[in-house]
Amino acid sequence: MGRLATYTRRTFLVSSVAITGGVAFGAWQVARTPENPLQSDGDSVAMNPWLIIDPTGITVIAPRAEMGQGVRTTLAALVAEELDADLAAVRIEHGLPAQAYYNGALLADRAYALSDTAQSGWSSTLSQAVPKVLSMQVTGGSTTTVDAFEKMRIAGAAARETLLKAAAARLGTGLDRLKTDMGSVVAPDGTRIPYTDLAQDAALIKPPSNPRLKARADWRYLGKSQPREDQPGKATGTAQYGIDVRLPDMLFATVRMSPRLGAGMKSFDAQAAQSMAGVQKIVDLGDGVGVIATNTWLAIQAANAISVEWNDAPYPADTDAIFEKIAQAFDDSPNTVQRDDGDAAQALQNAAQLFEAEYSAPYLAHSTMEPMNATALFTHDALEIWAGNQAPVMAQADAAAALGLKKKQVTVHTTLMGGGFGRRSNVDFVALAARMAQAMPGRAVQTTWSREEDMRHDHYRPGAIARFRAALDGDKITALEGRMAAPSIMSQMMGQMTGMSIAPPDATLTEGSHDQPYDIAHMRVAGHAADLSIPVGFWRSVGNSQNAFFHESFIDELAHSAGADPLSFRLNMIRAQHEPSATVLETVRDMSGWTGRTPAGVGRGVAFTYSFGTPCAQVVEVREQDGGIRISDMWIAADLGIALDPANARAQLTSGAVYGLSAALYGEITFADGMVEQENFYDYDALRMENTPRFHVKILENKSQISGVGEPGTPPAAPALANALFDLTGQRARKLPLSDTFNLAG
Amino acid sequence: MPITLTVNGRTHQVDLPGDVPLLWVLRDELGLTGTKYGCGVAACGACTVHINGAAVRSCQLPLEDVDGPVTTIEAEGTPDAMSALQTAWVEHQVAQCGYCQSGQIMQAAALLRQTPAPTDAQIDEAMSGNLCRCGTYPRIRSAIHAAANAMKEG
Repeated sequence: MGRLATYTRRTFLVSSVAITGGVAFGAWQVARTPENPLQSDGDSVAMNPWLIIDPTGITVIAPRAEMGQGVRTTLAALVAEELDADLAAVRIEHGLPAQAYYNGALLADRAYALSDTAQSGWSSTLSQAVPKVLSMQVTGGSTTTVDAFEKMRIAGAAARETLLKAAAARLGTGLDRLKTDMGSVVAPDGTRIPYTDLAQDAALIKPPSNPRLKARADWRYLGKSQPREDQPGKATGTAQYGIDVRLPDMLFATVRMSPRLGAGMKSFDAQAAQSMAGVQKIVDLGDGVGVIATNTWLAIQAANAISVEWNDAPYPADTDAIFEKIAQAFDDSPNTVQRDDGDAAQALQNAAQLFEAEYSAPYLAHSTMEPMNATALFTHDALEIWAGNQAPVMAQADAAAALGLKKKQVTVHTTLMGGGFGRRSNVDFVALAARMAQAMPGRAVQTTWSREEDMRHDHYRPGAIARFRAALDGDKITALEGRMAAPSIMSQMMGQMTGMSIAPPDATLTEGSHDQPYDIAHMRVAGHAADLSIPVGFWRSVGNSQNAFFHESFIDELAHSAGADPLSFRLNMIRAQHEPSATVLETVRDMSGWTGRTPAGVGRGVAFTYSFGTPCAQVVEVREQDGGIRISDMWIAADLGIALDPANARAQLTSGAVYGLSAALYGEITFADGMVEQENFYDYDALRMENTPRFHVKILENKSQISGVGEPGTPPAAPALANALFDLTGQRARKLPLSDTFNLAG
Repeated sequence: MPITLTVNGRTHQVDLPGDVPLLWVLRDELGLTGTKYGCGVAACGACTVHINGAAVRSCQLPLEDVDGPVTTIEAEGTPDAMSALQTAWVEHQVAQCGYCQSGQIMQAAALLRQTPAPTDAQIDEAMSGNLCRCGTYPRIRSAIHAAANAMKEG
């Protein structure tokens, strides 16, 4: 019953997204193959949306953006593998906004299943339909490889078959006598015809829709670490990020929007700024001001010299009042109950002993290394944009709407990103850059936010509170009730998409808790949506980022209450639910030599999270050192089903953990007078080389399904660290960041 | 009154107010975009360049105070002719988003000039002003060791 109910709710969520998105779509819209956004042009042949062959070589179109995952190389490898082309010689470009590049994995059900089998046909079709019909071209949710794994291999394999047929026709030879090798068709006598010579002919042949794909044992590139094509550029300063775009006669701009988020401004006085060096134009944006100048720094200086009277914040003015508002959401009926197995309320009422705890997590900024920026050229009837972004179709639509243009009048070039972490899936900065360029028709204008503007105008990870109750029987949890309150990301997103006030069931309120593979007979997890308009968004691992801290800290407390070893306590309950998850825990136990005992001055903690289809377990070791505490080591095990590029996967898991540890230690966005108090890296810091632990990473491939790796390293990091600190000090931190409670000086 | 500035061996006459930080002269005036803007307050190291061989945060150095020839990442090496450090960076696949790496490499180059065979502790001390939000630190450390060995042998 529990599982069926969960399924029905998910279906409802998917449908409600479709309906509120203004889409009533019929079967033909779902079934229709999106048109190829690429057009063959002279010698350049667009074989399909992912592959261009011209006389100079092979170009793979990556539908997802590069923000550090190494995904350009992996996506090219998917095509090159089946095309049988030389990966090192393949050029890679990012796809323009197009329906063909929709992300079919975005809404896929990636819940663990008791039996590890593939999704049923029609549910998977439904979850594909919404992103397809809505052209959801998004890089996020650890979905890139999941979405591309079949699509881009098929793109390569289908093209290869047409190239073979073209060669067979030209040579008058049977298909079975031809083979392919590294970008050429090879004839029986050894003659090689390069694909580049065959593409024109091949384009006239209808590609097969279900070409045969290679068996894994035959893979040349996939499953093996490949040299990343972006490395030489990034090591020599020649890689071009959004902020590095340089166009003829370009001007440089910045903006100052209300520090009381969404509040707009009463008035401004730019008299002093007007006459400052380099200033070309002051732009009244209505809800803020912008300055166009001859260089970025002069623009920022002038913008800071403008005196602005901002409106009052449309939310409580300080952190305490904001968290009071979040806590008030517990008084309302839940927005969503994603897990309701057995009868938790009854079981807890009957319990001999009740264990309770309340946790909280602060708002967090993404703080990508490259501040928000975009470059735009407005020529009255057209707008061209260059921006590092995770959602080009949305960027195109929002920029068009901001300027009153049609979408087809707007071109979006997606550049490399100096970090994304979810921030660049909100494309507010693109629309702002378009508005700035509109003030200077015919001139390219690059609009860069100062670090301070970036820090204070994020779409933050929501602040959140969790309240847990549980009952134990020996070393097993018999009943658990979790309630989480936070502002709803989905509600804000739907509001932005539709202009209506909608509160769909938001699974991100409780993900990382309700969906964990613990065998607990009576379990109920409810999410309460707090009514706060502070912009929130997708922060690496989204709801898992705070809920894993809540859930895995509470599990740890229960283990200690039961007098059990925290790792075996988890293992006993996980094994019955999901075998690959249990294996991940056993692996991290063995890697770290976990015994449950630590010498004086050393503490260890463990945490486990199943997120984005990937089970990930981490052990953190902390040591007393120089009067403070140092994080010395971290062991990570994760099961990806198939690791397409193992070195990249290890880098992603480590990166996710560093991101999670940084936030756990230092991350906190606070408010005063309606404004974010943090400004820059000196008051919103992260791990540095000197306090980053040694990492030991192992990747498993026991699951039958491929799953993503960009985010699953983040959620367990905070609870593993908090649990290690408890082991060392006997002090339980129920609130982040941990540097408020502990002296983590080492 | 233009200010004379030597960058990567070339002399430029720059007609900008003297308080404009070197970073923005390099990026927006001379088109040398390899040097990055991260914080503007010397808190992240993304803008690190060399002046007289020493690592300097160019976001905090006014144009009028530049007292020697400037070297940027563009002169450390090119994709076709990389320095030993850059080669080590590529071989260790250090970069993820890569935005901080110009600054990391310039900082590491200054370290190796002073300390040709640094210990982990010396690397930590020299490099901890350089922030990386992707957490590439373990590979940065390995690449510095590898480059130090290569330079010793080379």
